[in-house]
Amino acid sequence: MNINNVSELGLKELFSLRSDPVLVLLIIYIFSVSVYAVAKGVNYDVDNAAIAVVDEDHSALSRNITAAFLPPQFKTPEAISAADIEQQLDNGKFLFIVSFPPNFEKDVLAGRQPQVQVLIDATAIAQAGNGANYIQEIIQREALSALSPGTQLDNMLPVKTRIRKLFNPNSSSVWFNSLMQVINSITILGVILTGAALIREREHGTVEHLLVMPVTPAEIMLAKIWANSLVILIASVLSLQLVVTWWLDVPVQGSILLYVIACILYLFSVTSLGIMLGIITNSMAQFALLLIPIVIMMYLLSGGTTPQESMPLFLQRVMMFSPSTHFVSLAQNILYRGAGFNSVWPELVILASIGAVFYSIALAKFRKAIVTMG
Amino acid sequence: MTEVARISHLTHRFGETVATDDISLNVPGGVMAGFIGPDGVGKSTLLSIISGTRKIQTTASIPSETETTLVEVLGGDMRDNAHRRQSQPRIAYMPQGLGKNLYPTLSVEENLNFFGNLFGQNAEERSQRILQLTKATGLDPFLSRPAGKLSGGMKQKLGLCCALIHDPDLLILDEPTTGVDPLSRQQFWQLISSIRKQRPQMSVLVATAYMEEAQQFDWLAAMDDGKVIATGSPQALLERTGCDTLESAFISLLPEEKRAEHHEVKVPPMTDCQGEPAIQASHLTRTFGDFTAVDDVSFEIQRGEIFGFLGSNGCGKTTTMKMLTGLLPFSSGEARLFGQLPEPNDLATRKRVGYMSQSFSLYAEISVRRNLELHARLYALDEQASTNRIDEVMDEFGLRHVAEQQPASLPLGIRQRLQLAVAVLHNPDILILDEPTSGVDPVARDQFWAHLIDLSRNKGVTIFISTHFMNEAERCDRVSLMHAGKVLAVGKPAELARQRGNDTLEEAFVDYLKEAAGIEDAKPDEYSSEQLDNPAQQSDSGIQKRGFNLRRWWAYAWREALEIQRDPVRLVFALLGPLLLMVTFGYGITFDVEDIRYAIIDHDQSRESRLLTEGLSGSRYFEQMATPASHEAAIEQMRTGQLTLLIEIPPQFGQHFIRGWEPELGITIDGAMPFKAETSSGYVRGLLLQELQQISAENSQPASLTYPVDVQNRFEYNQAFKSVYAIVPGVIMLMLALIPAMMTAVSIVREKETGSIANFYATPVSRLEFLLGKQAPYVAISFVSFITLLILAVTLFGVPVRGNILGLALGALLYVTATTGFGMVISTFTKTQVAAIFASVILSILPAVNFSGLLTPVSSLAGPGYLLGLMFPSSWFQQISIGSFTKGLHFNELWQNHLMLGVFVLLFTSFAWLGLKKQEV
Repeated sequence: MNINNVSELGLKELFSLRSDPVLVLLIIYIFSVSVYAVAKGVNYDVDNAAIAVVDEDHSALSRNITAAFLPPQFKTPEAISAADIEQQLDNGKFLFIVSFPPNFEKDVLAGRQPQVQVLIDATAIAQAGNGANYIQEIIQREALSALSPGTQLDNMLPVKTRIRKLFNPNSSSVWFNSLMQVINSITILGVILTGAALIREREHGTVEHLLVMPVTPAEIMLAKIWANSLVILIASVLSLQLVVTWWLDVPVQGSILLYVIACILYLFSVTSLGIMLGIITNSMAQFALLLIPIVIMMYLLSGGTTPQESMPLFLQRVMMFSPSTHFVSLAQNILYRGAGFNSVWPELVILASIGAVFYSIALAKFRKAIVTMG
Repeated sequence: MTEVARISHLTHRFGETVATDDISLNVPGGVMAGFIGPDGVGKSTLLSIISGTRKIQTTASIPSETETTLVEVLGGDMRDNAHRRQSQPRIAYMPQGLGKNLYPTLSVEENLNFFGNLFGQNAEERSQRILQLTKATGLDPFLSRPAGKLSGGMKQKLGLCCALIHDPDLLILDEPTTGVDPLSRQQFWQLISSIRKQRPQMSVLVATAYMEEAQQFDWLAAMDDGKVIATGSPQALLERTGCDTLESAFISLLPEEKRAEHHEVKVPPMTDCQGEPAIQASHLTRTFGDFTAVDDVSFEIQRGEIFGFLGSNGCGKTTTMKMLTGLLPFSSGEARLFGQLPEPNDLATRKRVGYMSQSFSLYAEISVRRNLELHARLYALDEQASTNRIDEVMDEFGLRHVAEQQPASLPLGIRQRLQLAVAVLHNPDILILDEPTSGVDPVARDQFWAHLIDLSRNKGVTIFISTHFMNEAERCDRVSLMHAGKVLAVGKPAELARQRGNDTLEEAFVDYLKEAAGIEDAKPDEYSSEQLDNPAQQSDSGIQKRGFNLRRWWAYAWREALEIQRDPVRLVFALLGPLLLMVTFGYGITFDVEDIRYAIIDHDQSRESRLLTEGLSGSRYFEQMATPASHEAAIEQMRTGQLTLLIEIPPQFGQHFIRGWEPELGITIDGAMPFKAETSSGYVRGLLLQELQQISAENSQPASLTYPVDVQNRFEYNQAFKSVYAIVPGVIMLMLALIPAMMTAVSIVREKETGSIANFYATPVSRLEFLLGKQAPYVAISFVSFITLLILAVTLFGVPVRGNILGLALGALLYVTATTGFGMVISTFTKTQVAAIFASVILSILPAVNFSGLLTPVSSLAGPGYLLGLMFPSSWFQQISIGSFTKGLHFNELWQNHLMLGVFVLLFTSFAWLGLKKQEV
């Protein structure tokens, strides 16, 4: 192993990257605009939900309840007529439609427990359940205070529950999504940048030429790993500092240093994965097609979008082999929950081991894949 | 003699570099016109401008020019689009590079059919022409062989056939015989001359580096430094300069200072070297599958010897060289360098070897100087030595003026010089050079040979070189003639010629090759166009018409489909990948929060607290963990995600509860993942309430809570509230976004990278025909993918199509047309396949995954995400997909979404159309 070779070849990677302005622009885009757009736009909580009200009562109570559907959970409710319900739900304009029957207020005050119907678009699986709970709570609360002013719903319960949410007291999805999107960007870049660059060099015969020189496959691979990782690491830390902390105003707790260490190990494993994919496929088109399922699985199933524990056990086990699962968990523990080295080191070891496996497979097949018949 | 091309004041620049410098020239028609001169003097640029494939730069962009540029070809202005369209079917252009405009996975016949279709020929006409052309070129036995598996000579013949398929009036050949063996070269020119006998009106324009070929032409233009320095017949040029060969005539036409650079190459005799041979090969054999590339080859090369390797392309020269360098292991036999086996891990021997591969294998995107520096460091030259050495080789190989340029922008010949410079940079003891002078002009070749001879004779460097130039072979100490993996003869060049009774080595070589290939001395069949005498049979009339031509569209669509078919792995990935993902996501993406890990710290230990604890542990939503030692310990567990929820029951909870004092339960939730936290908190509150009510009922306390309103929730479309009903239609949307876009983008950009885009520039195919032709197979594949996904959704997941299946299918068709169209848009602004893959993934993953309504309803999206969602087809198709599957909607309720997809198809196609240029810049 010759460190000079590794550093020289890595510098070459950096120069190559600089010569492709489209690539550079895309890297900037994915760490800025895309992080911002996902953080601000995506929400799996009930947030900004479109709600409509069919009010056949026109009473003070129905108006009070309607007025209680407030941001940030709900958009300002729109009044629609009973005849439009189906159509409005069909075209996806509203997630929830609440119908107050005639004489609603009168019945409440008379203690007759009138029915209120809530139609929920259950294709919005993430929001439907929690949203229905919120709506139920709002209706009961308002009805109760109409019945006996000054009563709180909580006072009627046999116990008080004091719920404290740790690490993200306001349940802000901007917090969560922004960081998860930075991680997704690292994943996509890490795999594509190294893998595609390797295929390109194979197609152009440049790697083969390197092998005639006093350069070993390990040096070539390590050069690609460090150079691409460095670019991505810098971009992601900048993104964390400028976009997440400063622009989106997310207070990142926890040790940035520990995060950077985890990130380096993660980059080692995704860039190794990229190289491995670049070795086992034979053309850019094949590489690209293999890449898509892998990247999308890492994007959606690593615990950054939906909770890991809810996946079928088999799939959970499969995803344990993906470095992204461990990095998502590491990043959440370190940056949100403020975990320290003592509690996260086992996962760091796993991350490095997965990377080592990818690296070894790629190294073992490197020479054979590179040299073409001729 | 009428002129085929009239050029005045033509200047063309690439950035700072001037390719053609105010050229004014009239090229005579009906003759063979040659363009000769060193590399990078503007020959290729000039030819591509004449052919109409390169855009003529306007005078406006070159402010210093006062006189108007004019390029008239075939009697019209090439700037005039209408004239260019009219004349394109009359021009054939074969770009530089072996088989560069051919499609390697397509057979000879399929390549020819493709070109025939581009020129609007019907099946009958095509098969006649193909028969006739392949007979004349001797390619007829190989009709079904893939072009990529042809030898270099055959590739060029096929290229010529493709160029001639439409009987052009102007044939433009850019270095057609570079890198082709002498026998094939001979056959190539015979073919051209017999065609010209048949069609005397045809003009042929050729750029060449072979002066002996140029000697045969009718008219020559000698070029230097972007200028034409002389024109006239070879005879006239010889008379004017008083030289006997064209090579020396050319040199004497050069300006004074350049002439001084040239010296006659003299080879001093080799002094006998002692000791073991530098390179030894004995019974060296290499097989690939059942193909024997190198068959029992033996030779010995002495130290300081120049050993030449001659043979047609694909005869095993390159494979032999790769085995010597240790790149390829041998199948049997062995080879030794300095008595050592070429072990892949033996780095010390590597430093003694310099290698130059046949194709350019340095980094095209970093500067010449950086390439040299990189190699100096990889060979571990020390800093001072390397600076000096780089200076030296830059002067030796004439690279100083291009030191800061990127090789990508340099002509072939200069790139070859750079490769040579790199190969000798570390002063190796052995040089293995694979056709180092292909595409290099005579002056530079002689300079290069002067270096080689100096290295060999004065520094004792052993040189193993393969070449197609016979005058170079004659300079070798010994040569080896190779054919089909076997060595035909080894010996001193003069002796080999004498043995065969020939005057020259070239004749001897051609003899050997003919003998080995079993070719009679007879000429190949005469080219004749008798079958096509009747002009009514020719379909030329349809070509010049404007508008969309289905046959040309079909040419591209059919060709693309064939290429995909030849790469079944790609097809399998394209169809299986989405199915795999549907299975994983159908089961894997779920917003049901289950198995929430919780722990209870019970400070009370009363009957009530125990009842509560038991009640919780029965729920399927919760999974109880061991009781933590303390609150702090529990928080620590939360930090690493082992615990999500902590319930703390205060002391005397039971007592207070029974007395109705409303005791307080402490609940701590890991809020890092907001969605999970919200759902958990809802669950735990509901569950606690339920349990407590049960406890109080048992205690016969009055039920403390009755709600004033009866809220009835109706979960529409998905009563069971199962994730698959929402996710499966969404996966279809997702899969039909990314993969079609990427496949299309890569397929178009690939043409730019490999150079086959030249056919688009040079033939009458229009931009729209090209784009839609390339797109069609991918639309078809994507639609098949849609059908397989649909079947899987209905069968495996039991998600029925409640709405109209035809409406869904129509939506899918529009959608994949739109997403492949997005791929076309991406291809307009990316130059490399890497960038194309990158751009298609990055630009489509966000709007397809995050802003399409898959995970978050579009109505809840905010800010830039909302706009990004609407500006991409995915959110519209998601409505169709989920509407048709889950919501039971029909076309009449969804048609607005279909309409929007149609708008996207139009928009993306227009953008791609506007972004694609019919001429190179």
